[in-house]
Amino acid sequence: MSYTSTELPRRSFGETMRADVWWTQPLIVFLGLGTFIVYSTWAAFQGNHYFSGNYISPFYSPELFGNSPHSWFGARPAWWPGWLLFSPALLILWAPGGFRLTCYYYRGAYYKAFWADPPACTVGEPRKTYLGERSFPLIMQNVHRYFLYLALVFIVILTIDVWKALWFADPSGKSSFGIGIGTIVLAVNVVLLGGYTFGCHSLRHLVGGFRDQFSRAPTCYQAYRCVSCLNRRHMLWAWLSLFWVGFSDLYIRLCSMGVWHDLRIL
Amino acid sequence: MNATFKIWRGDANSGGFREYATEISEGMVVLDAIHQIQATQATDLACRWNCKAGKCGSCSAEVNGMPRLMCMTRMSDLPLERPITVEPMKAFPVVKDLISDVSWNFRVKKRIKQFKPRPPDAPDGTWRMAQEDIDRVQEFRKCIECFLCQDVCHVLRDHHMHDRFIGPRFLIYAAALEMHPLDTEDRIPELREAHGIGYCNITKCCTKVCPENIEITDNGIIPLKERVVDEFYDPLGWLWKMGTKKSQTGPK
Repeated sequence: MSYTSTELPRRSFGETMRADVWWTQPLIVFLGLGTFIVYSTWAAFQGNHYFSGNYISPFYSPELFGNSPHSWFGARPAWWPGWLLFSPALLILWAPGGFRLTCYYYRGAYYKAFWADPPACTVGEPRKTYLGERSFPLIMQNVHRYFLYLALVFIVILTIDVWKALWFADPSGKSSFGIGIGTIVLAVNVVLLGGYTFGCHSLRHLVGGFRDQFSRAPTCYQAYRCVSCLNRRHMLWAWLSLFWVGFSDLYIRLCSMGVWHDLRIL
Repeated sequence: MNATFKIWRGDANSGGFREYATEISEGMVVLDAIHQIQATQATDLACRWNCKAGKCGSCSAEVNGMPRLMCMTRMSDLPLERPITVEPMKAFPVVKDLISDVSWNFRVKKRIKQFKPRPPDAPDGTWRMAQEDIDRVQEFRKCIECFLCQDVCHVLRDHHMHDRFIGPRFLIYAAALEMHPLDTEDRIPELREAHGIGYCNITKCCTKVCPENIEITDNGIIPLKERVVDEFYDPLGWLWKMGTKKSQTGPK
């Protein structure tokens, strides 16, 4: 069933007859994802300037342990090794990071942009061997639905953060309802992350896609249609939410540092 | 207006590009230009075609490096300031000039378990299906078997894994059977092992070249990958199924 190399000659890396500028898309993905990875890693290791009043950066929420008023279980735990750098973000970021890393859209995008596997459609690859997602390590991508479960929990937590961002403390310590630019930034973040998470291919399967007969389960069918609707623009949601979650952290960081001042609308 | 073509000429043993210049008029597609060259300059040029309407899937070739149906590629959409390259599909052995041997695909199709319907719903031996149950499958049935998706897939094209991977066309074929509301066959173990669905790394090139605009990756391959996860990689799912005592056989 297989063909010999004389029947199907192998092309060298980058070899193609394409006449268009095929490398622009992988380059944009490389720069976009690369910038986000560098910024988010830097921000996660800072361990400071991650909250400003009633706002908390989505990179640091939920703050399980930490020094801010948003911390769930108090300050840094005593069992944390002294030699190991501590940042509240490091305790939680693996979950949304894992969700994006194993996402079907991102997989296709970073295989091309970071691993040239292939660099672009009909463009020659740098290596001869290929394992695909059939064996270790990429077989681990099948864990995606478990990261989805965690991502859904994060959506709930970030929604609660938006609720908290609606309540501002005055100098006497009394809370009053209000809306600041930061509230809107965090609310848009939840909407975009929700659009990305609720359009997930695994969710689409779990809510109804596994069925062969939708007519037997009308609720599943409606849920499947809703997820499919978001799934059609999954790439767009993925990029918008990625950009905005980074911007949300930057906004709160700069407000906390006093570089930017949050404007109260209400 | 004149256009220059670089057409691959040769057979399984050797070959190369030859240049032809021909007159282009309004409304022409690449296949028209190839026929014009065949009629006036290269009467021995081999090219497969049939319907000239994008429905038979015969005139598959690579135009400027991308797999396309020649009959559906308008000359007005191509840059004419440089030569237009036309080659046979690269994922299959060349027979002559623009014709490649796609018979491997027909052998693969025979390996996929056939449709096995449940017992008839009515005494007259007929079945009842709801439209919402058949919508998904109808998209896959649009396939014209042009094999452009097979050609662009790097697992076949670059890694030559024809003996381990059935390719996007047959994953879609398997999806059409697997998701059919009447079908009772289980193809998931074969999809994982013999058909090599794990080799697909979701580049979506197949979706990009499909002339019928079938969402091959999002609607066909990824849902099948999720079904493989259900059966082989999801311990919580197994517990859930044991708890709800749902049968694994027959349409769900």
